[in-house]
Amino acid sequence: MTDVVVSIQKLSKVFGRGNLTALKDISFEVERGEFISLIGPSGCGKSTLLRIVGDIIEPSTGAVTVNGKPARRARLDRDYGIVFQSPVLYDWRTVTRNISLPLEMLGWDRGRRAKRVKEMLQLVELEGFENHHPWQLSGGMQQRVSLARAFSFSPALLLMDEPFGALDEMTRERLNMELLQIWSEIGSTVIFVTHSIQEAVFLSTRVAVMSARPGRIAGIVPVDLPQPRTAATREEPRFFELVTQVREQLHAAGADEVLEEAALQ
Amino acid sequence: MSAIALQRQPARAAAVRRVVGRATLFLLVLAALWGLWEGYRWLWMREGWTWPFVVDDITLPPLQNIFGALFEPARVNGPLLITLLWHSALFTAREAAVGFAIGASVGFALGVVLAHFNVLQRGLLPYIVASQTIPIIAIAPMVVVGLGSYNISAWLRVAVIAAYLTFFPVTVNTLRGLHSAEPRALELMHSYAASRWAVLWKLRVPAALPYLFSAFKVAATASVVGAIIGEAPSSIPDGLGGAIINFNQYYSLQPANLWATNVVAACLGIFFFVSVVVVEKLVVRRAPEHLA
Amino acid sequence: MTTIAEAIPRSTLADRVGTRARDWVPSVAVFALGIVAWQWLIPDVFGVQRFLLPRFSAVITAFWDERNALWGAGWFTFKEALGGFALGCGLALIVALLLSRWKHVGDALMPYAIAANAIPIIAFAPITNAWFGLLSPWSKIVISAVLCFFPVLVNALRGLTSVRPESIELMRSYAASERAVYLRLRIPNSLPFLFTALKVASVLAMIGAVVGDYFGGSTSALGVQIQSSVALGQFETAWAAILVASILGIAFYSAIAVAERFALSWHPSTRSRVE
Repeated sequence: MTDVVVSIQKLSKVFGRGNLTALKDISFEVERGEFISLIGPSGCGKSTLLRIVGDIIEPSTGAVTVNGKPARRARLDRDYGIVFQSPVLYDWRTVTRNISLPLEMLGWDRGRRAKRVKEMLQLVELEGFENHHPWQLSGGMQQRVSLARAFSFSPALLLMDEPFGALDEMTRERLNMELLQIWSEIGSTVIFVTHSIQEAVFLSTRVAVMSARPGRIAGIVPVDLPQPRTAATREEPRFFELVTQVREQLHAAGADEVLEEAALQ
Repeated sequence: MSAIALQRQPARAAAVRRVVGRATLFLLVLAALWGLWEGYRWLWMREGWTWPFVVDDITLPPLQNIFGALFEPARVNGPLLITLLWHSALFTAREAAVGFAIGASVGFALGVVLAHFNVLQRGLLPYIVASQTIPIIAIAPMVVVGLGSYNISAWLRVAVIAAYLTFFPVTVNTLRGLHSAEPRALELMHSYAASRWAVLWKLRVPAALPYLFSAFKVAATASVVGAIIGEAPSSIPDGLGGAIINFNQYYSLQPANLWATNVVAACLGIFFFVSVVVVEKLVVRRAPEHLA
Repeated sequence: MTTIAEAIPRSTLADRVGTRARDWVPSVAVFALGIVAWQWLIPDVFGVQRFLLPRFSAVITAFWDERNALWGAGWFTFKEALGGFALGCGLALIVALLLSRWKHVGDALMPYAIAANAIPIIAFAPITNAWFGLLSPWSKIVISAVLCFFPVLVNALRGLTSVRPESIELMRSYAASERAVYLRLRIPNSLPFLFTALKVASVLAMIGAVVGDYFGGSTSALGVQIQSSVALGQFETAWAAILVASILGIAFYSAIAVAERFALSWHPSTRSRVE
């Protein structure tokens, strides 16, 4: 008897006047506390899928329920947080005020906001940068602020669209660790879109492989690596086995572009 | 093969739809403006309201009077008003166009110099900005008289005044545009051991084109304004500025003439502006990297 | 675990003072050179006549002698400019907010606003004189207002609508109301655009008021003073009045620039040195 947070039933999405089928007949479920990665070739619709779950785009057919409610209700009830590939911080707000943006919208009082922001800054290790502006920070630091903002109101569900895609490998690995730390502390369910097979396997409890357009779920690879994941996890034999498994799934789904990108990493 | 042909047809149909849509909107806006004008007149005259100003046939002539006046002689036994205004518009247009050319060239050259010599930029830029606060209409007669002693024809002297209003936006935007080149692109040029001249013409100027065209659009209007303002106090009767002064004197007798002149002046300003937009579309199309 | 401080360091006080000096020394030098040129180069070396450009010292003398009349006229005209500025910019902001809300209407009308900006408004001055009377300040206020309206409208509209789609998506994820989106996102985002336009408008408003005078106005107005001084052959007074107009225009512009520094204290361009 599992607790299903997100349920996607026979979801399809067609853009334009029927010329562009982005997603076709997608069905799967995400259980509470899971970390599920969506991986697939460019244009397979993984970002579109994420945005449909977040009720930023509407599906053409099919249904999405989040927390037992329709996606729109979940958005209006502010059940989820979202992180994009670019930090999307507001230039005119300091780091503190950027993190407290959703809290202001939720109507939290000043004291509660200040306390929460302090906690989040500790969590992403940006103490001392409270009054900095986004343009004074590096890309990695900006993305950490974005993470802090997304997690600040402890949403049940977190949607992440290639958040570390624009960063270098070392920063990426470090932020992967920080993300897992926040995830274990706050206990949200995470749907994570990525291009990187290694990142998908390292972070997730399950990896969903999507096929090229029109996007379908080609296969799901459960990741049975022990928690909590550490730097050493990346060097275990089981890790490489799982990476290979995902790679083969991608290959079978016709995902040659992803393989080329993975080879370059 | 046939799939591609089928794909082209919807694209063409969509383009035709767009043009028709825009034309319809244009006609709608014109109709709405006409309706507003006549409606305002009707309502204010019927109610006798005096705020913000009294409405009668003199202060707000009916549109048909204005357009009708175009096809009547301006003076007894003289040419039609529209002919008169056409020649005035050409006269002013020549001043504005030459003024634009001079002002844009000077502005561009100045921008290039200031961009390369930071000291000059810091020294001169505040005064270049301040220069635009001097009311050109006050200076115009002095410029016209002063240049007269060099045997320069009247219209060319007004062109200089038009250039004065034109050079400023071009200078400011040239500066901004030349500085907008990406650091990575600059490093690439340095790796080719490119001379400053080459960097300027192969990188900075192309990068500055969007800024330049933005300035040219402002400058086009400014050149027309400058030409009209240059003529008015300098007692040069041949252009639109002269026509305005002239018809202003007889306004209470024949208000439609001054309004008609304003319509022509508006058309001239818009024509200059649209010309720059058209040139921009042609130039930018040949350099697709600027479409980002 | 220590973090590597990759942030750009904030400049120290000493740095800022040093760079400031480097900033204004050249312009002060040019100013001095300009005065020298005006006093000696232009009249004596180039032989420019008095009725074109009187000597600097003569203009300053007239400036001092007529200071009451000149500053009185300047204040009168400045009030007209300020009124026009407030009216034009205020209306433009309201219309911009409305048009940004109904984006399709805004998109459709934007080309018309841009084209309207290309009309020589100055040609309209005689007509506003006919409407409000030669002596009324309202005829000049309306001209200044129309001059300010279109640039502010176009820029404010662009600022309100040129928000990155992801910022909008973020606000959607917070189930933000339209009002919240405006207050927290669109309006702060539009401030840099707005202040650029306000600076342009401040100069236009002052120019509009002075130029309006040339088509007829009260004798206590600056433009009329310039004209009558020229007519009476008092060229030094005329130039002194032109100086007053210029100083007021610069002061107005600077006031907006200072306000900009406060409102945009977060903007990178007001902090770092633009190359």
